[in-house]
Amino acid sequence: MHPEFSAAPYIGYVYPNETVFPWGVLIVAYPYLTGLVAGAFTVSSLYQVFGLQRLRPVAHFALLTSLCCMIFVPTPLLLHLGHPERAFNAVFTPHWSSAMAMFGYFAGFYVLLLMVETWFVFRPYIVQQAQQRKDLLGRYYRLLSLGSYDLSEDALRVDRKWILALAIIGIPAAHGLHGYVGFLFGSLKSREWWSSDLMPVIFLFSAIISGVSLLTVLYVLSCKLRRIAVDVDCVKGLGYTVWGFLMFTLLLEGVEFGSLVYKGKEGIDMIMVFVTTRLVIPFFVLQIGVGAVTPILILSYMFWRGTAGRALVAGVTTSAALILLNVIMMRFNVVIGGQEISKTGVGLLSYPWVFLGREGVFAAASVLAAPMLLLLVMIRLLPPWHDPVNTPAH
Amino acid sequence: MDDETSADEVQAGRRAFLTCFGSALAGGAVAATATALLPGPARAAAGGAPSPAIPDYDWKQHQWAFGVDARKCIGCLRCVEACKAENEVALDAHHFRTWVERYVYVEGEDAPRIDSQADPVNIAASGSEQHYRFANRYQDQKVERAFFVPKLCNHCTHPACVQVCPTGATFKTDDGVVLIDHTYCIGCQYCVQACPYGARFFNVEKKVTEKCTWCYHRITKGLLPACVEVCPTGARIFGDRRDKQSPISRFLAENRVDVLKPETGNAPNVFYVGIDKDVR
Repeated sequence: MHPEFSAAPYIGYVYPNETVFPWGVLIVAYPYLTGLVAGAFTVSSLYQVFGLQRLRPVAHFALLTSLCCMIFVPTPLLLHLGHPERAFNAVFTPHWSSAMAMFGYFAGFYVLLLMVETWFVFRPYIVQQAQQRKDLLGRYYRLLSLGSYDLSEDALRVDRKWILALAIIGIPAAHGLHGYVGFLFGSLKSREWWSSDLMPVIFLFSAIISGVSLLTVLYVLSCKLRRIAVDVDCVKGLGYTVWGFLMFTLLLEGVEFGSLVYKGKEGIDMIMVFVTTRLVIPFFVLQIGVGAVTPILILSYMFWRGTAGRALVAGVTTSAALILLNVIMMRFNVVIGGQEISKTGVGLLSYPWVFLGREGVFAAASVLAAPMLLLLVMIRLLPPWHDPVNTPAH
Repeated sequence: MDDETSADEVQAGRRAFLTCFGSALAGGAVAATATALLPGPARAAAGGAPSPAIPDYDWKQHQWAFGVDARKCIGCLRCVEACKAENEVALDAHHFRTWVERYVYVEGEDAPRIDSQADPVNIAASGSEQHYRFANRYQDQKVERAFFVPKLCNHCTHPACVQVCPTGATFKTDDGVVLIDHTYCIGCQYCVQACPYGARFFNVEKKVTEKCTWCYHRITKGLLPACVEVCPTGARIFGDRRDKQSPISRFLAENRVDVLKPETGNAPNVFYVGIDKDVR
């Protein structure tokens, strides 16, 4: 057998070409990362646009997290492409009927928006550093200031207007980007598991919960590392946000799955075999049980009992970690699960796990770890904890 | 195309094919030449594109289509081997531009047992992933009925693969064939996902998607696709729908035909006779 592909074992009958999976775990990382971008941006917007003061301690951190994740969103795609050097073919000569061709435009626009908003948010800090520092970093901040050193009240008022405008535009942009990722899967009529009108909405909601959860975990972790007290009110705000969106997500997933089973179209027999055998652990146990129902129960109990202090922080953080598991399992069950159900409707394939190589588990894990490393650098260059001068008026 | 010319060309085609058969290099050279001469996908998609620069071939004068008379297929798999040789398809059990399915209804069972030449039992029977045969695996069972169904790219009128291609590297020609520009394909495999028939696969050597072209390099020279050429029973029918006397026109006029998965809206151009409700 050719060393560059692994053939999947199967039961029933599958088309001969189906034994090589087109998309592996690396592609699972793509919607996961995109979701984190949209979710983190949601938190930033809740503060910048909707004035949710509780989230102020993480608002700028959310923006940086979103930016760091977004920068790495194209990497799983580029690693996957047979000819990454031709990637720009889809941008320069796009095929307009293709959902995938729009990726470059969506992603490009959104990265630009995030960078500009980040620049406005951190401009006072950049200017301050540019004027104070005489070392190499000072030169870096002077370059980053783009020659704009005006920190007068008038200038900051203009900045605030820009930040608000960009945050407003960012809401449809971030969520459009992720809804679009759901459309990439949902619009394919060839796979019953993917072909659902609810797919973009489900992707969007799960994106929001993943981003909020990531922020919760990272924020609490950063407080521990910096040895400062966790802002319990902020964590409670994050907990409320994720609680609400999680219930919607679970409901939507339930509706979609119920509708698939209830309609019982051709091939449902094999799908039911799939659901009741292979999917028991990754879907029912990990995604639904551990990743969704458990955090809903924990959060509901805590909010009902009025839990406060360290217990609340511990409960919300645990729930957030479980939700991160929920979302990655959801991405896995969609991307890999969809391909395990044969297009013949009478066969099931088993994804052949690949650990090494360009599209293996390690590559996928690296792609997911890279934004965190970048974030580690970014929070040193642009400290989000530092309360900037130009906090919004509201 | 009149009958005489047609017969001559078919004769010439047979000679040419036999010369080429087994010589992957020659086949590849023909394919490469034909591909190199094709217009870019952007021009093709724009409509009114000039026909390929192949002498005497005007793609606006043809509308190719394919027929399968499953009643005639004996499962000899010469078509599969010919296709692999002609188109330099990877010689393993996981990459096929065309394949043959076997449907066996065993007494007392509701659903048919389905396999193809790529089934591990059949590969074990042939002793190699490079040669194909159907193992006699049902000899101890009471078989009520059984039949073979050749499969290939359906060259749909509304191809989902073309719709989703982000660069337009895969495109529909004016003469009704779905092709892939291997110099423009980025290898994302979105088209592999979108094809409901499993007709596409990834070429690990060239790192682009690959599929049946109805042997475009042959048909534009008046030859038949390799699989049609070698079929000993005439189960595979190919021709020009613009020519009312062509084999495919007669096949469509004389039979009530089915297409695979019509509910997808892809409108396939491979027409079947003698298949069953269980064939997907």
